[in-house]
Amino acid sequence: MWRDALLVAGKDLRIEGRSRVALNQVLPFAVLVLVLFAFALDPDRGVLVRAAAGLYWVAVLFSALLAVQRSQAIESGEGTRDALRLSGLDPAGVFLGKAGAVAVQLLVLEVLLGLGVVVLYGVEPAGLGLLAVTGLVATAGLAAAGTLYGVIAAGLRVRETLLPLLLLPVLAPVLIAATRVSETALSGASAGVPAGSWLVLLVTFAVLYLGFGVVAFGPLLEDG
Amino acid sequence: MTTTELFDERAGQDREPAPPAAGGALTLALGVAAVLALGVTYALGLALPETVEQGDHSRLIAIHPGLAWASYVAFGVTALASAAWLWPRTRRATWDHLAGASAEVGVVFTALTLVTGSIWGRPTWGVWWVWDARLTLSALMLAIYLGYLALRRVPAAPDLRAGRSAVVALVAVLVIPVNHFAVEWWRTLHQGRSLAQLTPENDLDGRFIGAMAVGFLAMTLVYAWLTLHRMAVARLEDAEADVDLQAALVQRRAEGVS
Amino acid sequence: MDPAVRLRSAVCLLGRFPALAGLDLDVSRGEVVAVEGPNGAGKTTLLRALAGLVPVHEGEAEVLGLDLRRSRRRVRARVALLGSTGGLYDDLSVADNLRFWARAAGRPQSAADEALAQLGLDGRLADVAVGRLSTGQRRRTALAALVARNSELWLLDEPHAGLDAAGRDLVDSLVVGASRRGATVLLVSHELDRAAALASRRVTITGGRATASGALGRMHPAGPVDVLPGEPEVAGVA
Repeated sequence: MWRDALLVAGKDLRIEGRSRVALNQVLPFAVLVLVLFAFALDPDRGVLVRAAAGLYWVAVLFSALLAVQRSQAIESGEGTRDALRLSGLDPAGVFLGKAGAVAVQLLVLEVLLGLGVVVLYGVEPAGLGLLAVTGLVATAGLAAAGTLYGVIAAGLRVRETLLPLLLLPVLAPVLIAATRVSETALSGASAGVPAGSWLVLLVTFAVLYLGFGVVAFGPLLEDG
Repeated sequence: MTTTELFDERAGQDREPAPPAAGGALTLALGVAAVLALGVTYALGLALPETVEQGDHSRLIAIHPGLAWASYVAFGVTALASAAWLWPRTRRATWDHLAGASAEVGVVFTALTLVTGSIWGRPTWGVWWVWDARLTLSALMLAIYLGYLALRRVPAAPDLRAGRSAVVALVAVLVIPVNHFAVEWWRTLHQGRSLAQLTPENDLDGRFIGAMAVGFLAMTLVYAWLTLHRMAVARLEDAEADVDLQAALVQRRAEGVS
Repeated sequence: MDPAVRLRSAVCLLGRFPALAGLDLDVSRGEVVAVEGPNGAGKTTLLRALAGLVPVHEGEAEVLGLDLRRSRRRVRARVALLGSTGGLYDDLSVADNLRFWARAAGRPQSAADEALAQLGLDGRLADVAVGRLSTGQRRRTALAALVARNSELWLLDEPHAGLDAAGRDLVDSLVVGASRRGATVLLVSHELDRAAALASRRVTITGGRATASGALGRMHPAGPVDVLPGEPEVAGVA
């Protein structure tokens, strides 16, 4: 399973390396979302700084949606999905590999987008350790859930419209939790529920979707 | 009668000729009971006195909690039926029909929960919607199950559709606790008066409790009745597809002889 | 030894359309069988069903001794399908594509490199992204992936299509080579002369069922033998 996961992740990342879709399309889109938020909210009254964590994670959420769609589009054409089903690869490995590749791309995007928030919104970076942990755990959940719903929607004619409807509502807890922890990290003070509890929630989400993906990806990939 | 017998595939199929709707004495009895219970709920609800604080709106206690309860039952049944379909030994088309039917009814009940909750909250909060933790969770569930139903509506071979729908339904029910805590903790800072606190406990007499209890029963019966009928429709749709298949097979084989 | 393929009254549905409508087929191990029939007869669905990509809805189906209706996943890992679409990643180079598919099938990277050389894809072409190849080069890459996979059962859907004369000869030599190694080959081709020369037997499919079957091959160029009584003549065979 792990060998197959590495093989698939390596393949997906190599394809990204050659096609640069995430770098040339998803990242500019995410930055654009940040800029649009600044247009919508008055940048001079401190609204952006106060809302920065939430806006950042909304931008990440939308980017994750695009990254998942791209990840599934790799196998959409020219019989590659059939070839993958015939390949003899362990479906659990395919799931982990595809989710892993999405996660790696999202992590890079999150770092760059974080710089964007610092530059564009004037946020003072703080609590970097906590932010890094949050990013890792939240990204694992985003990638796992995205890949699971991605393969469900992949074979369908309505996939572009169905995937956001399936994915965004279940990602709501990730948005809430990641935003709260990020706020705590940036302000250095925890208001309400402590950051630790939010992290437990994020870990639970990631584990739930990783586990479900490992078990369910086989039937989904093979019969889809 | 156990649930297995209640939802047994053969219960509806062996009857000749097939009745147009769900048919069967059981469904009929259920329907009568549901309508009676609804009527009693209605009468009890109207008989409730106005409260000083909420006026007429306090009477919503007869239906709102019952609706919310029935929607949870519906999604629970969808999850169980999906699990039964996924388990190879119990895999039968009936489970898929039940999962889909229950989710459809559940979505309607969730929408009604949101509407009645909003109407109920209006005099207290002064606005139609506040980010009350329970209402928010219901809204999230509505979105999740709308996605589930959208997935079910995509045309596909029955087994294929059943499989991926079952996976989505199981995941949906497993993330409800995660959603629950996320929304609860999210609101802990600015917790106003939630609907939970509007629910009378000490300050109101037993008539409110009684109306609410009958409301629970009525909504559960209505849920079961609607679900059985929706299942029967799904079963007929499948039967029609089977008839089509036999005709298509004959036609296809004829190509070879011409 | 188990037969390579054994189908009894197999029904395969594409949506609600019965593409295979009760098909019987027996193929022994090591046989090369040409599958013929008009467009829409169910030839491609037959290959996809044998590969485990389309479920068998009714009837009995065994491939390489495995029950196709129960162990589709195990069947898939042991067969190779060359479809009309190549199953290649446009954004990966020819060499990277082959290495990925070879390693996915549990074969060493050297198998991919050998296949590249065998199909004349080594050298400059190996580093070109598949999306930038010509149709013929693309087909060659797909064939190389097939060779690198080294399966027991080859399911070839129009392997000659889109290739020049040299490419078609290459396909023929690959089929002969696979057959010599003991692999079983099912060949759907509109190049009837070539198919007849390669195959020891042909099966005609019409309306989702096998309507004729007969021996063929270089030893017996005379045409159909053992055609089922009352069945239509198979058209177009030299």
